[in-house]
Amino acid sequence: MTSMTMAKALNEGLRRSLDRFPKALMIGEDIGKLGGVFRITDGLQKDFGEDRIIDSPLAESGLVGVGVGLAMRGFRPICEIQFDGFVYPAFDQIVSQVAKQHARTSGAYKMAMVIRIPFGGHIGAIEHHSESPESYFAHTAGLRVVSPSNPHDAYWMIQEAVACDDPVIFCEPKCRYWDKGDVDETNSGLSIWSAAVLREGSDVTLVTYGPSVKTALHVAEVAATEGRSLEVIDLRSVAPVDFATVVASVEKTGRLVVVSEAPSTASVAASVVATVTERAFYSLRAPALQVTGYHVPYPPSRIESHVMPNTDRILDAVDRVMEFES
Amino acid sequence: MKEVPAVQLLTPEGLRVEHDEYACSLNAEEIFGLYRDMAIVRRICHEATSLQRQGQLALWAPVQGQEAAQIGAGRAMAPKDFSFPSYREHGIAWCRGIPPTDWLRLFRGVSMGGWDPVQYRHSVPTIVIGNQVLNAVGYAMGIQRDGAEEAVMTFFGDGATSQGDVAEGFGFGAVFNAPIVFFMQNNQWAISEPTSRQTLIPLYHRAEGYGFPGIRVDGNDVLAVYEVTKRALDNARAGAGPTLIEAFTYRMGAHTTSDDPTRYRVDAEVELWKHRDPVERVKSYLIREHQMSPKKFEEVAAEADQMAAELRVNVLSMPDPEPLSIFDHAYAEPHPLVEEGRRDLADFVGGAS
Repeated sequence: MTSMTMAKALNEGLRRSLDRFPKALMIGEDIGKLGGVFRITDGLQKDFGEDRIIDSPLAESGLVGVGVGLAMRGFRPICEIQFDGFVYPAFDQIVSQVAKQHARTSGAYKMAMVIRIPFGGHIGAIEHHSESPESYFAHTAGLRVVSPSNPHDAYWMIQEAVACDDPVIFCEPKCRYWDKGDVDETNSGLSIWSAAVLREGSDVTLVTYGPSVKTALHVAEVAATEGRSLEVIDLRSVAPVDFATVVASVEKTGRLVVVSEAPSTASVAASVVATVTERAFYSLRAPALQVTGYHVPYPPSRIESHVMPNTDRILDAVDRVMEFES
Repeated sequence: MKEVPAVQLLTPEGLRVEHDEYACSLNAEEIFGLYRDMAIVRRICHEATSLQRQGQLALWAPVQGQEAAQIGAGRAMAPKDFSFPSYREHGIAWCRGIPPTDWLRLFRGVSMGGWDPVQYRHSVPTIVIGNQVLNAVGYAMGIQRDGAEEAVMTFFGDGATSQGDVAEGFGFGAVFNAPIVFFMQNNQWAISEPTSRQTLIPLYHRAEGYGFPGIRVDGNDVLAVYEVTKRALDNARAGAGPTLIEAFTYRMGAHTTSDDPTRYRVDAEVELWKHRDPVERVKSYLIREHQMSPKKFEEVAAEADQMAAELRVNVLSMPDPEPLSIFDHAYAEPHPLVEEGRRDLADFVGGAS
């Protein structure tokens, strides 16, 4: 076990991937000498060279679009998008080429690509730096979408994403980059595609991912002081979702609250509620609730803590599912 | 827009002209081979249009008028090179050795691609305008990293030059000195919009702003296109970086079989370009300069008719894909939603039979 930040864990995981796969390479803006604006790639160019750690021209569609061609040539490109709000210029390449190339070529070309996106709020940033775009990608067949919530998962999940022969949108909760945690460098534990039950409970299943996992664990602590037993599930992979784990939990607790920073409409959170309702309808003792960002553009940062899913809003939802009477 | 001089080795009348920088390296038989390529591609294209009109294809994108641009470029490629087409590059598909039946699979609606891009070193068609230019640059960057002496050529049109992906492709290709040839067919029309709606300057001038050479070639002159492209590919393989080739040509037919060009362009313009026809031009040259017998051309026509007839039989007998095949390549690794979908559809397909 080594204690390190998520930023360091990602750096170490990337380093191991670059060692393991000679054809793995990185392309992104400012990832070379600077080490990325969040320093996730710190020192990698020095150790792996400019041909493998490529400072990209300032063009997101470009750096993803050339990634597609590199993947066709047999490379494993790891593309870095600097901030969530800057991924949209690359949306066309991601949806039209990255997601579909394997199908369009009847399997001739695997898109063994990772597109890393620092996402989510709570860093006091100006606009376009705090968004949660994961649902756009979760909706797209051909892509996989994951988000680690802690350093151990970050270390292993980035390695599994690089090793995956499908394209993986790797959403990094940037507000957790500097949180420390224990990393077991000898044992990965759960597969990247499995959800993790981080805390067992009997009254309510609290499902979330990425930046909201820490919040959810805190909520469970607070709820316990009020005599309520919450089971906290970290989805880890949001596309596909490990529904077996989620449904088994709901069958036990009978209540579900799903939390995400992304607004609810057509989102990962809404999809979890819909599928659990379908598969565990007779186990539910109350309507499944969502605590998400409101359907507005991300708020000015001075008030973000009030309007994003926070302890109060999640506890309120827990109260509502506990007090529901049919 | 005023026409600027383009590299030309064969006039519209089929007369050989000399150029200061480009000589013709092909002998008469080789030039006849290019004629055969163009005549066959044109005939196959006519057959495909007929098949669409008879309801056998969902759509077809005719290449008529652009045969010299495509055959000249396609025959300039080395077998080890790799190409990224848009959706009208039937002449390139021919040069890469892809059977015509496979060109029509996409348009028949039985495949998303139609051929194995690894086997033919020719990517599947790209419909989203300009995407393939970036993909091609990435492939070329891979060639650099492999230390291989190969080049990539990507095809796009005058309309595509307005796309961000093409501009970004030029930028990436330039700063990484990628072994790539940007082959633009300026066929004057992006569906209904003339080139003047895409640019105020000759399009090959775009290259200068990125720091690599740009050249306009008479796109209806197969000899000129061949020589210009061959040199650009040689330069790319030798590490001299990208070239932008603007093949100045004309889309004689509709954008696709869903289009009606009489709504936006005048007959006089089409008539003007008929006099520059790429296939007739080289035929005139071969007859006049090399006294080739009419019999040789008749043999090509008969061969092309035979291929068209075979194509028709192949298309009409082309089976629909198995419904469950939609799940085969959505992902490379097992995926629970795909497996659920497969089971679900299997029940319906099974129940219907």
